[in-house]
Amino acid sequence: MVVYYKGAKSIAGPLLILKRIPGAAYDEVVTIRDGSGGERHGRVTALDEERTVIEVFEGTGGMAPEKTETSFTGSPASLPLSRSLLGRTMNGAGSPVDGLGAIPAAEEKDINGEPINPVSRTYPQNCITTGISSIDVLMTLIRGQKLPIFSGSGMSHNELAVQIARQAKIKDDGGAGFCIVFAAMGIKRDVADYFRRSFEEAGVVGRTVTFLNLSSDPIVERVLTPRCALTAAEYLAYEENMHVLVIMTDMTSYAEALREISSLKGEIPGRKGFPGYLYSDLASLYERAGIVKGSEGSVTQLPILTMPGDDITHPIPDLTAYITEGQIVLDRALETAGVYPPCSALMSLSRLMKDGIGEGYTREDHAAISAQAFACCAKVAEAKSLASVIGEEELSDSDKKYLEFGRQFERRFLTQGVDERRSIEESLDILWDVVSILPRESLSRIEDKILDKYYRG
Amino acid sequence: MTERAVIKAINGPVVTSSAAPFFVSETVRVGREGLLGEVIAVTESGATVQVYEPTGGLTLGEEIIGEGTPVSLTLGPGILDNIFDGIGRPLRDLEKKEGKFIGRGCSVPSLDETAKRPFTITVKPGDGLKGGAVFATVPETPSLIHKCMVPPGITGTVESTVPDGEYTVADVLVTLRTESGEKIELKAAQKWPIRKRRPVGKYLSPSEPLVTGQRVIDSLFPVAKGGTAAIPGGFGTGKTMTQHQLAKWCDADVIIYVGCGERGNEMTQVLTEFSELTDPRTGRPMTERTCLIANTSNMPVAAREASVYTGITLAEYYRDMGYDVAVMADSTSRWAEALREISGRLEEMPAEEGYPAYLPSRLAEFYERAGRVETLSGDVGSVTLIGAVSPQGSDFSEPVTQNTKRFVRCFWALDKSLAWARHYPAINWIDSYSEYGRELEDWFAANVGERFGSYATRIASLLAREKSLEEIVKLIGDDVLPDDQKLILLTAGVIRNGFLQQNAFHPVDTFVPLEKQMKMMEIILYLYDAASRLVADAVPVSHVSATGIFEDVSRMKYEIPNDDFSACDAIKKRIDAAIAKAER
Repeated sequence: MVVYYKGAKSIAGPLLILKRIPGAAYDEVVTIRDGSGGERHGRVTALDEERTVIEVFEGTGGMAPEKTETSFTGSPASLPLSRSLLGRTMNGAGSPVDGLGAIPAAEEKDINGEPINPVSRTYPQNCITTGISSIDVLMTLIRGQKLPIFSGSGMSHNELAVQIARQAKIKDDGGAGFCIVFAAMGIKRDVADYFRRSFEEAGVVGRTVTFLNLSSDPIVERVLTPRCALTAAEYLAYEENMHVLVIMTDMTSYAEALREISSLKGEIPGRKGFPGYLYSDLASLYERAGIVKGSEGSVTQLPILTMPGDDITHPIPDLTAYITEGQIVLDRALETAGVYPPCSALMSLSRLMKDGIGEGYTREDHAAISAQAFACCAKVAEAKSLASVIGEEELSDSDKKYLEFGRQFERRFLTQGVDERRSIEESLDILWDVVSILPRESLSRIEDKILDKYYRG
Repeated sequence: MTERAVIKAINGPVVTSSAAPFFVSETVRVGREGLLGEVIAVTESGATVQVYEPTGGLTLGEEIIGEGTPVSLTLGPGILDNIFDGIGRPLRDLEKKEGKFIGRGCSVPSLDETAKRPFTITVKPGDGLKGGAVFATVPETPSLIHKCMVPPGITGTVESTVPDGEYTVADVLVTLRTESGEKIELKAAQKWPIRKRRPVGKYLSPSEPLVTGQRVIDSLFPVAKGGTAAIPGGFGTGKTMTQHQLAKWCDADVIIYVGCGERGNEMTQVLTEFSELTDPRTGRPMTERTCLIANTSNMPVAAREASVYTGITLAEYYRDMGYDVAVMADSTSRWAEALREISGRLEEMPAEEGYPAYLPSRLAEFYERAGRVETLSGDVGSVTLIGAVSPQGSDFSEPVTQNTKRFVRCFWALDKSLAWARHYPAINWIDSYSEYGRELEDWFAANVGERFGSYATRIASLLAREKSLEEIVKLIGDDVLPDDQKLILLTAGVIRNGFLQQNAFHPVDTFVPLEKQMKMMEIILYLYDAASRLVADAVPVSHVSATGIFEDVSRMKYEIPNDDFSACDAIKKRIDAAIAKAER
């Protein structure tokens, strides 16, 4: 028999506050009759002697405290899981919205997941080639990595994410399949449509699981969205042995939803009003990337976030980059100059790259030439700032060469078509062409035997 | 007696109980599943408990049971070559019991109680023993002899011992009779509260460097054994890489590596990489001198707060055996944030940037547990503490960096623009400092070479002069500088590329002995002095640079092997030849 508790003390934003309910458990899911014939869901987020605080997933619009009836399910928020998730579309809380009925469940799991024991992890070492020169050569994506795209409003992060999803190739995937889990948090309908269309065109819809929370959807649901997506991804990777690429966009909306709820709960704010637990909360999502021993599959995360005011020191990108294994930073200056993809070589980084490149993985010269390219780009930046003061004409010959290198680097190496797929060898060769503009003696990061083989003097 | 109370409120990892006679720091078990927690405050109306495991599913009215002991660690053989979580649970055993994901309410003994080890008893009946005295030894790993010590505070006469042989950590090895007639059984393992520092005979002043094989550290900003150092740096500047390099190559006997709120994959990397590396001093795998504490960012925040104390307590224990121990805490900012998070849940009045007002005193307490000491038994041991700091927004003026700076004597500031140019280690030579330079001068002079100190000073001053010249170059370009100043820029370039920058992935360059560091400085200064003489004779400096000698010297790090410095003379000859050519 299901017991319903009648009435509530108050309603504040998405929060429903009841009196003390004996037996109510922290984090358990509740079912709410909203008094107008509808049923909503929520979860318990704080408990004490006086009150039980519930976050309502669907929002509290239209609810009156005295008319609500709440029942406690006794279990945490969970998601039904099976291989038939592939091809389906759910809302942010994991209920199907594609009209195809319920997901037949092989099992159900708590969407909060459990931390992977560090000794049960396999260190990620195999690269995913994306066919994009800048990413493959300078910030190589590794299977099992979490590598966010730092972007800004109006930049081409969506195109880039789609291109990566379409072109991602895994060298020797051990027979395991490849699939995409797409989590949309607070994005515009047009953007969601763009992703759906692109997946259709690429013919990957049957291998995609989608969780949609649009910008007009309830914010409590937005907090659940990435958790549902990652629970699905973990299932597909560790139970069904698939290589899963999780695209989560937009993490900024997610963090703002967290702030909104936190402030309604009256919690003490940390930086810029975000709750003190923002780091732990983001980590509980990002750390769910990886490979566990004894399973063929992997979870690779590609979160996208738009930096408010293009400010990389804003708490959201700042905390994210402290957790993730590098970042791909899109540069507005490049975007404005018409460079696609506008990946900033200097600010981007892949931490796992060092162990997944070189002989046996990509090519022997990869580590050396990429290190040299970064050093050269730093020189280009110096030369540019000097040129802006004294004029390009007055620069020394060596600085002029660097400026030329910089131009060619942007034009030939960074720039490529949205459908263009370059092999890693092609990308490396283009970079050698460009680096060879510079005199050989100045290439101090590369050993002689590599220079002998690849330098085009 | 175990005390009991019930849960009155739950807010994230913080649980409030009904009134109970708990004491602060007491270990408690919370709820039906027996989740591990620690009492952090006690008032008339109840106690506040931080729970080391996820609190989902707890209900009001469930029981909280006090264990009557402060949060403690079991110390004994089996710590090295092992990996624990923040509260000292062995992760390998947890995996065997729980599987690949860490569940809740799981308790496993910290040390394997079934493993037998060959103990040698070093005392005989009638011997008088006091706290800190060694009563048995056992090879913990092939690289390290573990000394079993009488717990601090206990004094007595040996009544009986077992014969040498194979025992476990649960077996009684020695029985003591105290003056008051009380019988005390000594086992190989003892308990110690993590928040309490272990007593020492007396503190000694630092006199020996912790040799790291990293040129920028050893030559310019050395840290002493028993010293404290901070590595602050924004994301991607190489804090973790630097910590890994130090953990691999520094000449401590024992390494405690604390991954506090960091990435899971990084801990896995340490596990795999260290087992493949050989310790150059013992020829054995690096893991045999290493203990890892892994409390990754997604593990409960309260356990993250405890993890740094777990690390330092383990370090003090090995120090008491007379070993030099180095603790790498990566990252102390995550610990400070855990403090902030819990403080926020307690609704305490925040000080700077939301951090609690007690942040500086906690940092001070932590760093003060480092030191070189005479142990209770008269040996000399040390704990060197190297903490990474992750400043929010890469801004060094934030509270954690600023407060850490007050309590450490070595500051290795990582620089974003160096990291962007992939100049590693990205330790900025202008912002960094070491207060140990003078104290270690004698050691370097006696053990490496008389001139080591003066070379390092000259190198540092060339870099400082480059820095001031750079300001001018930024405005007008380097063409207009006089030749002697151009030479400084060229030499500083050699120092930066050829000396300070070090390739962690190159077999020869990853670790460089002190003698070679001195030779390299000598060669750079030899080049500078020779070229200076030409410039003074009005030979244009462009003649020297046209010979390519600056680039040539920049590459010497790969050319000189670590065990044979004869290549140095060849390089000097090439310098002589280049100078002669430029003169013509």
